[in-house]
Amino acid sequence: MANIMYWEAIQRAHDEEMARDPLVICMGEDIGVAGGTYKATKGLYEKYGPHRVMDTPISEGGFTGLGIGASFLGVRPVIEIMSVNFAWLAMDQMFNSAAKVRYMSGGQLTAPCVFRSAGGAAHQLGAQHSARMEKVFMGIAGLRVVTPSNPRQAYGLLKSAIRSDDPVFINEHELMYNMKGEVPDGEYFHPLEGSEVTRSGTDVTLFGYNISVHWCLKAAEILDKQYGISAEVIDLYSLSPLDRAGIKRSVSKTHRAVIAEEDEAPVGVGSEVIAIINEECFFELDAAPVRVHSALVPQPYNHTLEKAAIPDHEDVVKAVLKLFGKA
Amino acid sequence: MKIEDKKRVLREMVLHRRFEERCYQAYIERKIGGFLHLYPGQEACCNGVMEAARPGHDYVITGYRDHVHAIKCGADPKEVMAELYGKETGSSKGRGGSMHIFDTDKRFMGGYALVGGPFPLAAGIAKAIQLKGGDEIAICFLGDAANNQGVFHETLNMAALWKLPVLFVCENNLYGIGTSIERSTAVIHQHKRVAGYNIPADECDGQDIEVVYEHARKAVDHVRSGNGPYFLELMTYRYRGHSMSDSRGYRSREEEELWKQRDPIFILRDRLIKEGALTMEAFEALEKETDAYIENEVIKFSEESPEPRVEDREKYVFADRETQLPWLTGKAA
Repeated sequence: MANIMYWEAIQRAHDEEMARDPLVICMGEDIGVAGGTYKATKGLYEKYGPHRVMDTPISEGGFTGLGIGASFLGVRPVIEIMSVNFAWLAMDQMFNSAAKVRYMSGGQLTAPCVFRSAGGAAHQLGAQHSARMEKVFMGIAGLRVVTPSNPRQAYGLLKSAIRSDDPVFINEHELMYNMKGEVPDGEYFHPLEGSEVTRSGTDVTLFGYNISVHWCLKAAEILDKQYGISAEVIDLYSLSPLDRAGIKRSVSKTHRAVIAEEDEAPVGVGSEVIAIINEECFFELDAAPVRVHSALVPQPYNHTLEKAAIPDHEDVVKAVLKLFGKA
Repeated sequence: MKIEDKKRVLREMVLHRRFEERCYQAYIERKIGGFLHLYPGQEACCNGVMEAARPGHDYVITGYRDHVHAIKCGADPKEVMAELYGKETGSSKGRGGSMHIFDTDKRFMGGYALVGGPFPLAAGIAKAIQLKGGDEIAICFLGDAANNQGVFHETLNMAALWKLPVLFVCENNLYGIGTSIERSTAVIHQHKRVAGYNIPADECDGQDIEVVYEHARKAVDHVRSGNGPYFLELMTYRYRGHSMSDSRGYRSREEEELWKQRDPIFILRDRLIKEGALTMEAFEALEKETDAYIENEVIKFSEESPEPRVEDREKYVFADRETQLPWLTGKAA
């Protein structure tokens, strides 16, 4: 096991896959000569050259469509969209071309491309550079959506996404690239479907994904030590499809659920998980499930306001205590 | 063009025309649903360019007015019509419809319904060709109105920057849905807009197939020789409305009449008659023969084909699960 950073894990997955298959390429703004905004493609330009590590113009719709077109002929592009906020400009191609082409061609064409993008609120980046947009992607038929919460997943999910014949959107987080974690020394393919029980518990299930898994883990620690509440933490690394069986299994055991997301609440991961709980195991519930989410505001610049708009582990603790009538 | 080629292409163009007119009828009879965009008037564009290219070898992509481009690439008219009928035997197994004809065996990479959407896809296909080192080219057929989308400019920039083997064919039929080019676009002649990207561009009459062919040959040679992209604008006209819900209130009958006097099929027919290679009787017989083929084979096949099964409605959303299991379950390596 190597203890490496999230960005190093992503870089390693790129490197291994590009070394194996000459049709794996990567493209995006500043990913080549400049080495990548988050270093996720560091050193690849020097190793694989400009034809396979393509510094693109700032034309998200154009280069995303170009990558998708190349994938029609078996090229496997990993397309980095520098910030998920810019993905709005590429969504026509992602949704109308990549996600639908297999269906509307009756299975003749497929778009085996990977879209990677950094979402999440970082530090005072303001309204147009702080969006969490997983909710937008996870409702699209034909598109897989995964979101790594640690370096192991970041490495293994990218490896599987490149190999998969389906288009995959990988939602990363601006604040997590320097996070360290254990990654297997040998090749590792993380499943694109399912969920992980990150911490086992009996009294309440805390559902998180990406950064909010860490709030849940911290909250579980506090709940255990200070309140004697045993919380199970489920990592929903696959947002589309969501793991119905995993959600059901855990809630049927704990009978209580809190869903933590950095995104705003409407039409989000929390709403979807609660809908699944209702459909799969409503009568197992001892209390109404609760969402922990950000305020419904364009992200403010001011530091205090920004902090107040985004939830953290304390909000998860509060939500659980409320669920147990302790707050 | 050689006389024999001209005679063959005339046959094809008559098929393309009669096929589209038969679609019109089937739509009125409610055999075809959705939107239907027909090609009559523009036949010399697709045929002229593809005569200069290599159908089935070069990759072709286009917008929603796509039936004729598919057939010209080698798609079976029966399967194209069955697709319009929504049948399982259709080229896209009834999942696509008129705007989404695909035949990847013939390298027809599809019809797409977002105006301008195919521009970057075509450049991407060209990028793949470049990576793989083949001698194919990508040909992107779109209308003039697509050039007002941002991706047109984004794509031209990247295609020029990376010298991609892609030919952009602009079928300038003077209307974007129901708005004339004068009312939507600051520049009527689209090839002028390409100059800013350092891409060679040319314009010609899109009604006379021999004129199209000569200009297209130059264009195709340029792209196939590794010189990067090329833009060819063909001045043409669609005789029918944008789609079937269009009563053509935005243009005059006089204007339509003027363009009908430059019917691409009649231009080629009259030339062949003048050259002594065809008689009017033979042409009329060809039309009858074509109609009989469409009725007895194309329509019959479409009528008699089965509908897709309801239990298969989620088939083709994702790649076959069995082949993808290692990545879905993490059981690989």
